[in-house]
Amino acid sequence: MRIAPFIVSAVVTAGLVFALNKKWGSVPPMGKFLSPQQGFWQNAEATDYDFSNDIKLSGLKGKVEVYFDERLVPHIFADNDDDLYFAQGYIHAKFRLWQMEFQTFAAAGRISEHLGNDPRFIHYDRETRRLGMGFAAERALKEMESDPVSKSGCDAYTAGVNAYIHSLTYATMPLEYKLLDYQPEEWSNLKIALFLKQMSRTLAGFETDLANTNMKSVFSFDEFMQLNKQIPDSLVPIVPKGTKFDPPGIVPVKPATADSLYFLNKDILGDVTETGMPNPNNGSNNWAVAGKKTKSGSPILCNDPHLELTFPSIWYEMQLNSPTVNVYGASFPGSPNVIIGFNDSIAFGFTNAERDVKDYYEIKFKDDSKQEYWFNGKWEKTNLRVEEIKVKGGNTVYDTVAYTVFGPVMYDKSFATDLSKGKAIACRWSAHDPSNEGLMWFNLDRAKNYDDYYKAIQVFQCPGQNMLFASKDGNIAIWQQAKFPARWYGQGLFVMPGEDSSYMWQGFIPQKENPHVMNPESGFIESSNQRPVDSTYPYFIPGNYITMRGITISRKLSGMEQITAQDMMKLQYDYFNSFAEDARPLMLKYIKENELNDSGKKYLGMVKNWDLEAGPNSTGQTVFTTWWDSLMVVVYQDELDRVKPAGLMPESLTLLEALLKDSAYQYVDNINTPKKETLYDDMAEAFNKALPVLEQEDKEGKLEWTKHEDPTIYHLLKTITAFARQHIPVGGDGNIINATTHTHGPSWRMIVQLTSNTEAYGVFPGGESGNPGSRFYDNFVEKWAHGEYYKLWMMKRSEANDTRVQWTLNLSN
Amino acid sequence: MKSIVAIILTALLALLGGIYLQWWSVALAAFIIATLVPQKGGRAFLSGFLGVFLLWGIIAWWIDMKNEGILAKKIAAVLPLGGNEYLLILVTALIGGLVAGFAALSGSFLRASKS
Repeated sequence: MRIAPFIVSAVVTAGLVFALNKKWGSVPPMGKFLSPQQGFWQNAEATDYDFSNDIKLSGLKGKVEVYFDERLVPHIFADNDDDLYFAQGYIHAKFRLWQMEFQTFAAAGRISEHLGNDPRFIHYDRETRRLGMGFAAERALKEMESDPVSKSGCDAYTAGVNAYIHSLTYATMPLEYKLLDYQPEEWSNLKIALFLKQMSRTLAGFETDLANTNMKSVFSFDEFMQLNKQIPDSLVPIVPKGTKFDPPGIVPVKPATADSLYFLNKDILGDVTETGMPNPNNGSNNWAVAGKKTKSGSPILCNDPHLELTFPSIWYEMQLNSPTVNVYGASFPGSPNVIIGFNDSIAFGFTNAERDVKDYYEIKFKDDSKQEYWFNGKWEKTNLRVEEIKVKGGNTVYDTVAYTVFGPVMYDKSFATDLSKGKAIACRWSAHDPSNEGLMWFNLDRAKNYDDYYKAIQVFQCPGQNMLFASKDGNIAIWQQAKFPARWYGQGLFVMPGEDSSYMWQGFIPQKENPHVMNPESGFIESSNQRPVDSTYPYFIPGNYITMRGITISRKLSGMEQITAQDMMKLQYDYFNSFAEDARPLMLKYIKENELNDSGKKYLGMVKNWDLEAGPNSTGQTVFTTWWDSLMVVVYQDELDRVKPAGLMPESLTLLEALLKDSAYQYVDNINTPKKETLYDDMAEAFNKALPVLEQEDKEGKLEWTKHEDPTIYHLLKTITAFARQHIPVGGDGNIINATTHTHGPSWRMIVQLTSNTEAYGVFPGGESGNPGSRFYDNFVEKWAHGEYYKLWMMKRSEANDTRVQWTLNLSN
Repeated sequence: MKSIVAIILTALLALLGGIYLQWWSVALAAFIIATLVPQKGGRAFLSGFLGVFLLWGIIAWWIDMKNEGILAKKIAAVLPLGGNEYLLILVTALIGGLVAGFAALSGSFLRASKS
């Protein structure tokens, strides 16, 4: 009669295995996860791990050699382009697969499928789809696959990624899959398109049109334009002031109804905001100096794109070599080619153009079925796209999105319940238009001179970029490249009437009229997200421009001669605060020190004695910033509070320039008090409001700028702080050349001196491996934080025996 | 003596299972050995437990040493075990041991019920 205990014990065993094989909430399946032969322990890479191997891959035509140097940077040598991109896909996947897939899930609105049943995830997915990300990627895919060069490159890349995916077992799968308990799916060319569309969302997805529309309900158009000043007095544009522009090739016509239906329309929109809107800190610097300003006599090109700093990094450093190409630089895991880098003849880099290419139109549906909308005097049919959002641990969510002549109806009753009067808003975004951005990089990687570069960039439509170029034959040049709508003055700042075609984009600015510079008198070109041109440019070009870095960079470069790569390193790490240089005298003039208590005097002293450097230990930067931010609120908040649901805070520079011109600026008065406030009153109030905040921070030991900002590199799964690097001791700010903030900063610093033997340096805040269990996961962070660089090695195939080669991976069919 | 044999055999079979099968093959290994090596319930549990406890503990410890604790410290912060890698090795070994112990117990009961 021992059968009963057997059954009991067998049931307990089975129950235990079942419980330990299943994910409970956010707890991974513990048995599976902890098993040393299969679970996370397998991702704990030995610090002396040998990456050398010989692998057979049936998708290859011939042999590929991948040489890894001591930093685990791969130098890939292939006998033909298909094998090169196959190997690039394979290597990207080998080191970054989870990230590649996760980013494309985010781009496609599929995060609920793996992250779980959380209203925030579902909202993000719905919003992403309603923005038309999937729609845009599908159109891009079609365009990409209609070009034979792009198609074969992408096909090979995709095959390479899949070859790696097929080689995986549970034991060898990236850690994050084990933590979240799911498996990678097949890679596809659509995912490449999705990845590139995600870049458009990050870089050309920012505008404030919806909030602007609410602002217009309170402020007149002229007042609004003053608060959102398009051309700052202090602007140093990319194209030198005084450059003569050609007369415009297209002159868009303002609709006859513009005043009554648009500018004077005081209708509020209600509480609608895009939660996935990119951070406006996504800026960048790039500059090139001509040979006449350098010690070597050859041009130097520098670039540091500022993006959200994440683990794994958005960038993956590599060299690609085939009979048609030899290029080194930063690549995007998820897309073929090198994105920012150099070859044997040229170097290239990018900053964001910050131009507004996303507008909204108010749509009138016939009824709630969304099948028809009123357009040009009749009911037009919509295209209904049913989005199926799978939810881990929940029911699938279906969302019907209506597509109009403008684009997808992003906001309607079913999604944005706070829209006033049941409005429906369609989005017109240039990222929806079919294009093939990837082809530009294919050609740029191979460009030998200015003409090749110029030809290569023509296909690029979105996101608008300042494409910097320098070549060994001595040229430096920049084009602000994209397809930009030609707007009439004021078009697209607010939601536009969508009942007929009169408010639609009437055309695009001819490509050759895009802002550009070549070999300027000054001997240098710089771009850093500022407005690209002065007021004489014949088009209305609103954007989310950032002005101050451009001022600092151009001032510093103007004063430099005999420039070396080391000088450029110092400049990329520079902490000078040009904004504070202009603002501080004004603040000190209007604060009455004798009316402050001892504590107040102490903090005021920190501003007074500050060297204007926003370094990690600066307390002046913290006090200054807190005080200035407080001033912004004191000056504007009373007026902004009239806007329902919320007003939009102007740029700091708008206030500074207004006050420098006129201390009796109209917004200085607090409209809620009978008294007529002066700038003295506001400055004192701002200081007194900042004071307790500063005292508190001081008490907590957070007065030093780096402690105040707390620069952090989070893992893409933000909640897992164990995978993050916190408290990185750097300073800087969004309007400072070293543009590091809490979560954003220079994501890849590169300096290329185009002497006959290229001398290049680079560093990014991360490491080549995406595996938190690898010593190569975050090994570049220290150097990056201290403004140091690695020398970049453009390897020759004949150097396979060089001591820098640590491991060799041979891939063959 | 029998127990030592059972412990070693369980560990070896579990090691093999870990190469070819899923993680729960440790249960299979402990179960099979317990049906082959005659032991009383409590002893069978202990040898199954120890076989896999030692196997998992040693492998985890070895991997952790080769990795210089990089990952275990992070996972021990996620789980959360205060970032203590050795505690994580212990928990790993305990979980494996527990599953194997119950499986071995079942095996010995089955053997007993047949005899």
